[in-house]
Amino acid sequence: MKKLRILFNGILKENPTFVLVLGMCPTLGVTTSAFNGFGMGVATMFVLMLSNMLISLLKNFIPDMVRIPAYIVVIATFVSIVDLLIQGFVPALGESLGLFIPLIVVNCIVLGRAEAFASKNSVFDSMLDGIGMGLGFTLSLTVIGAIREILGSGSIFGFQFLPETYNILIFVLAPGAFFVLGFLMALIRHLQSK
Amino acid sequence: MSKKPSTLVNMLLALAVIAVVAAGALAGGYVLTKDAIDKEQQKKSQTAMEQVLPKFQGTTEAVSVQARQGDKNDVTVNLAYNNDGSLFGAAVETYTDKAFGGSFTIMVGFDAEGTIIGTAVVKAAETPGLGDKIKTEKFNGQFAKKQLRPWDVEGGLSVTKDGGQVDAITAATISSRAFCDAVNRAAEAYQKVLNQKGVAQ
Repeated sequence: MKKLRILFNGILKENPTFVLVLGMCPTLGVTTSAFNGFGMGVATMFVLMLSNMLISLLKNFIPDMVRIPAYIVVIATFVSIVDLLIQGFVPALGESLGLFIPLIVVNCIVLGRAEAFASKNSVFDSMLDGIGMGLGFTLSLTVIGAIREILGSGSIFGFQFLPETYNILIFVLAPGAFFVLGFLMALIRHLQSK
Repeated sequence: MSKKPSTLVNMLLALAVIAVVAAGALAGGYVLTKDAIDKEQQKKSQTAMEQVLPKFQGTTEAVSVQARQGDKNDVTVNLAYNNDGSLFGAAVETYTDKAFGGSFTIMVGFDAEGTIIGTAVVKAAETPGLGDKIKTEKFNGQFAKKQLRPWDVEGGLSVTKDGGQVDAITAATISSRAFCDAVNRAAEAYQKVLNQKGVAQ
């Protein structure tokens, strides 16, 4: 039961986007369409799971006072290698996710979870936390992306259902990201306070 | 194993070991994947070439040339010859450094008269949802059949906002302008190579 709670923590109760408010750069920048949000979320989940495990393995070796620089170096190295491997050996995946992976290098969700969870918990629990947080991030980014895509491009997951003349362009641009994020955050707070 | 206390020696040791291992791992990863990534890039150029010269069958000859004075990188002009030795046209791998995401590389196909056959994006990092629409058929299609040699427009192609005849992508004027810049660079490089080779024009 406890393990399940770790896994589901990230999806709603500690949702990285709406509750922890972490990783705002990719959230605002990448969610111009549902697929882009989804892709960024999946790439982050993958990295988060492995970086959490790695940090958890190394936690006893790293003295407390230098933990942040140590985590940054470990995570950035790890992400760069994953990026190279994907480009080289899984080009089809690189084509769709390649854009997002360099954005994760110093994503604060990854660092935040290393600091708040992986540095204090076992390898297995850290993996669960990574998956849970990743799922929560994927879910919120896909929702934001879907709303922006519907309003801004008149399509959903690339499927056009409204002609281009009816688009509200501002939702694809940066201000639209803030509007959608703000309204969703307010809605979630409202529901949670009930 | 208990946690290492934060003494000076421990901190230095931990950071040094991590830095060295990280550097080694990065170098190893780079070497391990370099060939595969290069091959992938070549394959992409090859596919783009087939896209912009769809009906071409024959041999190609790659010539590197500096298209404009002050350009940092050379442009590769792949001259395409028919099997009887006459010039079919060229697929020019060109770039722009005026892009929103720094620079991007595109392939432009010309026929022997300098009319554009097609364009295709080879490598770009434009904003998803906005600038990355330069990859769409709708945008690339506009360039087909436009003639650039001799210049039918003063100064080359440009977007309608600048008085040109290319419809820019909504909210991605910078990317669209950069695309025109790359196409113009391709035309200049093509012309330069033809002059060098002394091919009848």
